[in-house]
Amino acid sequence: MNEATKHATLAAAPAAPPGALRRYGVWIAAAAVFVALPHIFASGTAMTVMSLMGIGIIFALSYNMLLGQTGMLSFGHAVYYGLGAFCAVHVMNLAIRHVVPVPLVLVPLVGGLGGLLFGIVFGSVSTKRGGIAFAMISLGLAELVSSSAFILRGFFGGEEGITTNRTKLLHLFHWTFGPQIQVYYLIAAWCLLCMIAMYALTRTPFGRMCNAVRDNPERAQFVGYNPQTVRFIAFCLSGFFAGIAGGLGAINFEIVNSSYVGLGPSGTVLISAYLGGVGYFVGPVIGAVLVTYIQLMLSDATEIWQLYFGLLFIAIVAFAPGGVASLVMKHAPLWRARVMHRLVPAYLLALAPALVMLAGVSLVIEMTFRLTVKASEPSAMTFFHVPLDAAAALPWIAAAVFIAGGFWLFRRSWPVVDRAWSEAAAAARARSATP
Amino acid sequence: MLELIVVSTLNGVLFGMLLFLMASGLTLIFSMMGVLNFAHASFYMLGAFFGFQLSRWTGFWPGLVLAPLLVGALGALVERYGLRHVHRHGHVAELLFTFGLAYVVEEVVQMIWGKLPADYRVPEALDFAAFTVFSTNYPAYKMFMLLIAIGIFVVLFAVLTRTRAGLIIQAALSRPDMVAMLGHNVPRVFMLAFGCGTGLAALAGVIAGPALVTQSNMAALLGPILFVVVVVGGLGSLAGAFIASLLIGLVQTFAVALDVSLADVFGAVGITLGPDSFLADIWRVTIAQVAPILPYLLLVLMLIFRPRGLLGTRDS
Repeated sequence: MNEATKHATLAAAPAAPPGALRRYGVWIAAAAVFVALPHIFASGTAMTVMSLMGIGIIFALSYNMLLGQTGMLSFGHAVYYGLGAFCAVHVMNLAIRHVVPVPLVLVPLVGGLGGLLFGIVFGSVSTKRGGIAFAMISLGLAELVSSSAFILRGFFGGEEGITTNRTKLLHLFHWTFGPQIQVYYLIAAWCLLCMIAMYALTRTPFGRMCNAVRDNPERAQFVGYNPQTVRFIAFCLSGFFAGIAGGLGAINFEIVNSSYVGLGPSGTVLISAYLGGVGYFVGPVIGAVLVTYIQLMLSDATEIWQLYFGLLFIAIVAFAPGGVASLVMKHAPLWRARVMHRLVPAYLLALAPALVMLAGVSLVIEMTFRLTVKASEPSAMTFFHVPLDAAAALPWIAAAVFIAGGFWLFRRSWPVVDRAWSEAAAAARARSATP
Repeated sequence: MLELIVVSTLNGVLFGMLLFLMASGLTLIFSMMGVLNFAHASFYMLGAFFGFQLSRWTGFWPGLVLAPLLVGALGALVERYGLRHVHRHGHVAELLFTFGLAYVVEEVVQMIWGKLPADYRVPEALDFAAFTVFSTNYPAYKMFMLLIAIGIFVVLFAVLTRTRAGLIIQAALSRPDMVAMLGHNVPRVFMLAFGCGTGLAALAGVIAGPALVTQSNMAALLGPILFVVVVVGGLGSLAGAFIASLLIGLVQTFAVALDVSLADVFGAVGITLGPDSFLADIWRVTIAQVAPILPYLLLVLMLIFRPRGLLGTRDS
């Protein structure tokens, strides 16, 4: 047994004696949530959104096998998602023509094998080097594949892509997969399976070796593991799970085109994983759910939602590099010690000026947008139901005051938050010391 | 045929020099700070749009000088108030910060100037044919671009090898900690290098804007090629970046001019392939059509046969 795995088992030992319920409770709860969700949110839109979230969760978790577990920053992970989707859609069309007998429930597996195959091919080239070089190579490979999509029209279907019909495949138990709810349950089942598999993988010696390669590749080499090999295997497995997500995408949309392999989805999955937090297994799950929701919600609210999305991402990178998960986890000890309520007034105090500042920034963005891109339309507009004229001086002055005043007050409120935090933390420590 | 070779060589060298204007800044920033500036091509785009806007207000020439200065100052601000703050979270956070920045810059440019190409014109003083090669009129503006690019290259070379500042930069390339020990203010050197690097990219944008298309997707189109240049040349090697820039410039320009496919080549010796074959797509595609992916193919080949790049010394 090598040092890293020994260390891993030691670390796992104190939390070891769980009963079956404690061990599997999380997964049983997750399964219950997946089953219950369509009964709570029964509308057609909700069903579509939840299906997208399920696909997003698998995809983001597979991405985190690279970034979070093995420390490989990839800008082209959608290649394996997209190629998996293309493999799945071709096999679906073959199945419709009765060339191969594949039931629909197994199509995601086909996508996964496609992702695995291309992961092996591209991984053998790109995992030779880690760090920044790997990041650039992943970008180059992504460009290579997405540009090839317009050249190899037989496989990629050119601009229009390849369509299929999921209801025409072999039916098992009379599931037609016509209604969205059946597709949702298919996605949910695969999502749960993949989550369990990927979580289990992080607990194996191999998963621990991935962490070792992430933290200190030289040391990993000393204990007898080749970092290149570890990176390569992690890369292939990650491609496999991304391919499963792609296969589910093909089933869900019934069309696969070149945008699947493009830089857009690669960027989105990176943002999802990072926003949620790459340091925790649950991080990308939170991230995928959040990003899917934000994209839909913001794109309804404003036409330039992508700008806000980018700004949010920059803010997370600059101020909370651990993502949402680490912010939540930071509060876990306080929550357990029941001192959370002491933080609430301080948080509210800081939140008010922060919101004022954000409103100012958003006002500037919206007014600029109105005056430039929509120059042909009248300059009168509404901002949060407040009518105003973007060409007048007053709203601009107001926005400037909002930003400057909000920023100043926010800076002033920060020591208060800081003090409340240290007091609460001290109280939590005192409680845990005297149980 | 000779005409094609001459014109393509000129265009290729021109494109290569433009690439080098950007790749040099990117390499300098990367070697000194360990930051791969994902937003480098975004500064190139900002340069083009600033130049366009200034040319509307003041004419082309003031824009040529002012736009790179403005963008360079903006770059220095980004380093001072953004990157330096993110630095303590590690290189991945820095790279992701510039990734987010590239995303935001593209959105802001779209918000201000729209998605359609901007009407950025060649100045009238340079709007004539410089000379005629066989039957092709070669525009004077392109010669002007070439001259500027070569001029900057010479100045950069001179500054780096002949001046004290250049020596400090060269030292900071390989041993930043040692330079700091010698009492130089390394964060300020970083800020200046970042400002100069982004300014150079912006200059490339200003002079390329009228000749190529000034549009909000120009950064996304060029950015990945820039990374190919830096990897193929060898991470952190200026000379390597220069060779790789010219190589990729020439490869792409010549490829666009060649309208030959495998079917033509094999057809000439009597081998043909049916249209339904699995290979039909690859068989019939012309070199001109695969021109956009050639840099990436080069990247893959380079990684297989020489993972360090042409003149690279570092492994990561």
